[in-house]
Amino acid sequence: MITVAKTGNEAMAEAMRQINPDVVAAYPITPATEIVMIFAKYVADGLVDTEYIPVESEHSAMSACVGAASAGARVMTGTSSQGLALMYEILPIASALRLPIIMCEVNRAISGPINIHCDHSDTMAARDFGWIQIFSENTQEAYDNLLQAVRIAEDKRVMLPIMVTTDGFIISHGMEKLEMIEDPIVKEYIGEKKPEYSLLDIEKPTTVGALDLTDYYFEHKMPVIEAMKNAKDVILEVGKDFEKKFGRQYGFYEKYKLDDAEFAVVVLGSASGTAKVAIDQLRASGVKAGMLKIRVFRPFPAEEIAKELTGKKAIAVMDRSDSFNTCGGPVFTEIRSALFDSQNKPSITNFVYGLGGRDINVEQIKNIFESIRNVGKVPVVNYIGVRQ
Amino acid sequence: MENEILEIRWHGRGGQGAKTAALLFADAALSSGKHMQAFPEYGPERMGAPVAAFNRISDNPITLHCGITSPKIVIVLDASLMGKVNVADGLPNDGILIVNTTLAPSEIRKNISLKGAKVYTVDASGISKKEMGREIPNTPMLGALLKASGLLDFNLTLKETEVKLNKKFAAKPEIVAGNIKAIKRAYEEVRSE
Repeated sequence: MITVAKTGNEAMAEAMRQINPDVVAAYPITPATEIVMIFAKYVADGLVDTEYIPVESEHSAMSACVGAASAGARVMTGTSSQGLALMYEILPIASALRLPIIMCEVNRAISGPINIHCDHSDTMAARDFGWIQIFSENTQEAYDNLLQAVRIAEDKRVMLPIMVTTDGFIISHGMEKLEMIEDPIVKEYIGEKKPEYSLLDIEKPTTVGALDLTDYYFEHKMPVIEAMKNAKDVILEVGKDFEKKFGRQYGFYEKYKLDDAEFAVVVLGSASGTAKVAIDQLRASGVKAGMLKIRVFRPFPAEEIAKELTGKKAIAVMDRSDSFNTCGGPVFTEIRSALFDSQNKPSITNFVYGLGGRDINVEQIKNIFESIRNVGKVPVVNYIGVRQ
Repeated sequence: MENEILEIRWHGRGGQGAKTAALLFADAALSSGKHMQAFPEYGPERMGAPVAAFNRISDNPITLHCGITSPKIVIVLDASLMGKVNVADGLPNDGILIVNTTLAPSEIRKNISLKGAKVYTVDASGISKKEMGREIPNTPMLGALLKASGLLDFNLTLKETEVKLNKKFAAKPEIVAGNIKAIKRAYEEVRSE
């Protein structure tokens, strides 16, 4: 391990350098710009063998990724917010074609109003396109998750695109301590990509992008659904192997003082680090507080999470985006649905926070715990840190 | 400093290197075996507009990812911000304020009607013009911070910074020498009350 000081974007760019993909197609957008900017320098300096395609939009970037991946290449890209939104049209095509494209996605609010700061609206809006989605709490996780993403996406049982996310500015532009794995070890860890099909393989010709109407469209969606189920096994296997090799533990989620907790928050991304401090302070004053930090949002580990949360007195699900459905954010609806069949259901409340980069601090998270300790006395959906 | 996190806020104007200084200081802290964070405050990105950057330094891993509202140390790279930006906002009574100015600490205290905290001043702009030929106050302010905080070993930090600058400016060794001299001078010349 090499100890360095890196921002989230630098950490992701370093991981990309070590992965040395065949093709990168990207268009810059704040706060993800630096990732592809730094990587473009690596290409120019000859540190990687990558074919770098500077395209004219994110729509083209994802289209180029689909083309290159169809040809059998190991492909990566990076984007944020409106950039991801411009890719939406192509995202489900990547999963339907079973192309293990790897994306660095820096979570940022969706316009309007125009805002460059962190929330999870962009990534959450892409949750139903057949992409695996992994959230990172900090710089170290962003790096580790990106390395594992290659193994997960390219596993024969999965073959699905994957996005690894960090929180815009908070992590992307925040410098932290990072333990990097040596280049040759990463090279060995991720291995060579051996595509089963390639557009360029004239011995084994394939059709890509065919019309598929009422006759077979449904049958051709089922393998994506199956692959997502398989991804659950593979994510755990890859996580265990990573821990064995490099010592850092990864699963579907991280439990923080959860096992004996009576009250728990469910958090994704950087705010989970702040929640740890809030929980430590509450524990010191005798409150049995805990957290379930979701790492893998797609596939959603519903049964596993239900097992962890059942029997708690009350759960607060923290959402950094809203569904505009009038009944709770995307994480909340998943969690509540996951717990529906539990015998010993906790009370479950939703707290939407941090839209457009609004800060979330220790006191606010302690207040969330205070709210759910008064079971049944707060509304089902709450908006915190917002002016009335 | 066990279990404690030292929080620092840097004030400057866009282009003066507040963010770079925070990153350099975090890197130096890491070299001393500390855990650290460095992050900027992102507003409109314009040359000359008031900007802030932040550090957290601790002996233990830092998981906090919220903003810093009551920093123990505040560093002002540009004295013309005083009175326009409330640089003492959230500064505790036992805090430290370090200002790049030719004025004495007592004059700074009077100018902003500061009650608590300890004030340090250093002519970082003058030092950088003399030693580096340009007004880049951020590296000399690192020297002042090292002196005022006593947080990191000065000689070790200076050596690590030299190694890092050597890598960055491999083709321009005179830049490295100027930076190192500026840090040393600011460390020696910073005045306290």
